[in-house]
Amino acid sequence: MGCLSWFNMVEILVLIKQVPDTNAKIEIKDGKADLSMVKWITSPYDEYALEVALQHKEAVGGTVTALTLGPARCDKILKDAKALGVDNIARIDAPEGYLDSFSVQSMLAEACNSLGAEIIYCGKAAADTNAGSTGPGVAEKLGWPSVANVTNIIFGESSLELMQPSFEGQAKIGVNLPAVITCDKGMGEPRRANVKGIMMAKRANVDLIGVETVGGNTSVVGHASPPDKPPGKSFDGSEHVSTVVKLLRDEANVI
Amino acid sequence: MSEIIILAEVINNTLKESTAEVVTAALSLGGNPILIVPGTSPDSAASMAATYEGVGSVIALQDDCFSNFDSAAWCEAIASVAPPGHLLTSSSSMGKELAARLAVSRNSTIIQDVIKIEGSNITHPIYSGKAHETVSLNGPSVMTIRSNVFKPSGNGGSASISNVNTSSNLRTSLKEMVAKASERLDVSEADIIISGGRGMGSPNNFEKLYSIADKLGAAVGASRAAVDTWEEIPHSMQVGQTGKTVNPSLYIAVGISGAIQHLAGMRTSKYIVAINKDGTAPIFRHADYGIIATWEEALPILEQELGTLLG
Repeated sequence: MGCLSWFNMVEILVLIKQVPDTNAKIEIKDGKADLSMVKWITSPYDEYALEVALQHKEAVGGTVTALTLGPARCDKILKDAKALGVDNIARIDAPEGYLDSFSVQSMLAEACNSLGAEIIYCGKAAADTNAGSTGPGVAEKLGWPSVANVTNIIFGESSLELMQPSFEGQAKIGVNLPAVITCDKGMGEPRRANVKGIMMAKRANVDLIGVETVGGNTSVVGHASPPDKPPGKSFDGSEHVSTVVKLLRDEANVI
Repeated sequence: MSEIIILAEVINNTLKESTAEVVTAALSLGGNPILIVPGTSPDSAASMAATYEGVGSVIALQDDCFSNFDSAAWCEAIASVAPPGHLLTSSSSMGKELAARLAVSRNSTIIQDVIKIEGSNITHPIYSGKAHETVSLNGPSVMTIRSNVFKPSGNGGSASISNVNTSSNLRTSLKEMVAKASERLDVSEADIIISGGRGMGSPNNFEKLYSIADKLGAAVGASRAAVDTWEEIPHSMQVGQTGKTVNPSLYIAVGISGAIQHLAGMRTSKYIVAINKDGTAPIFRHADYGIIATWEEALPILEQELGTLLG
């Protein structure tokens, strides 16, 4: 690492979200999803974003801060991030319950500003909403470019070269900082915490970031289990393959 | 007065069929929507879009920025011509990214992957389809519409077309296009998918799936168990909650037991066929047509039958 890096410490921010374990069954109780029994984890694509942020620091220097938004239970994923080697952990305190994209992105963008972020990484989508709105939405709020679903990165002092799937194959894209990058799998398996990291994380403090609560313009009416499909037709033995092919053509009209 | 705006999905000046479904979704919110057709030379796509029944008017939006996908530039161009009101587009990966930006620039909320519109109540899947969430709108929103849910609009219309030119600044640069290693379709683009699980026994056996996929014009997918077990099966093929969520007309699951993780990524497929030797596998509970058989027995017959049928 050259001297320059010391004077040019890039502020790397990772947005991470705590979500129900992707193997969890979601029960509906009184018209709302009941999450009281689920195990909470770091959203899987955010683990890739954390890995990328740490690789960014290792390549060109800088400081990595992991930021989340939510109630105190979310401190767990921040401590897990700390154990992996991020420098700072911060949370925007928000109550349990629904916040729409407008509220979330407005509050995140304000915190990103106050933390002096120059590059923001996040997962390509959170495993609970599968929306993929946060990265590009925060970028728009900040007036920054964004590149989504990135699978590989070459880190420069003030720019990045990124690989992104496109219709024709893979696009190699250049972008100058500041920018928001949403991460897909591809930069190697996320590292695991070592014992020293875990011990350090136990003592680490979560910085609470105060931002003004922004109201949204949607509210939740309710949740429901997806409707069950009518029972299908089952056939025992490969001799029925031809029957199924005929059904696909004549009944389903899909081939 | 607030308008309903549709943003057409256009790739390299070609109108994607998904737009016809978005038109139907938009019409359930109100009449005479404005359809914006972006492109470096959008005229022919705009003429086609003008035939969608129910569309009030079409804006052919010409901007050189539409040569490469850059969500910031595209958002700038579209935001400059879109009047206030609800804005709807397709829920492709580009559509979702662009829509998220447009929502912020319009000070409104984004609702992705909409599957039902009833007045101001909007339903979309969450937890990868393990639950549906209905939200109520208290103002203009931006929505992306899940494909294969709304019926495509007919094409007997003749809306008027106006031309607008903008020049937005690209914020990213395309350095190079690396062509796909193979001509294989990606699962997220395919209308028919045949997926293999760990029951395929070895990654080499996926060749059987590829030969059937070639007959059907299908993409080949895989379960997480297969991707995690075999290096040769890349993550880009993974269907499921931590892979791709797909919604094809036909999904054929071979040697896949149907873990909740996998079901979350494909359960909304229009028709599901399961081939598995274990008749108690959970996948059969979600299949329209189940065949209890080993893939070794079933796939050669399937290939032969499709060969006879499709030539």
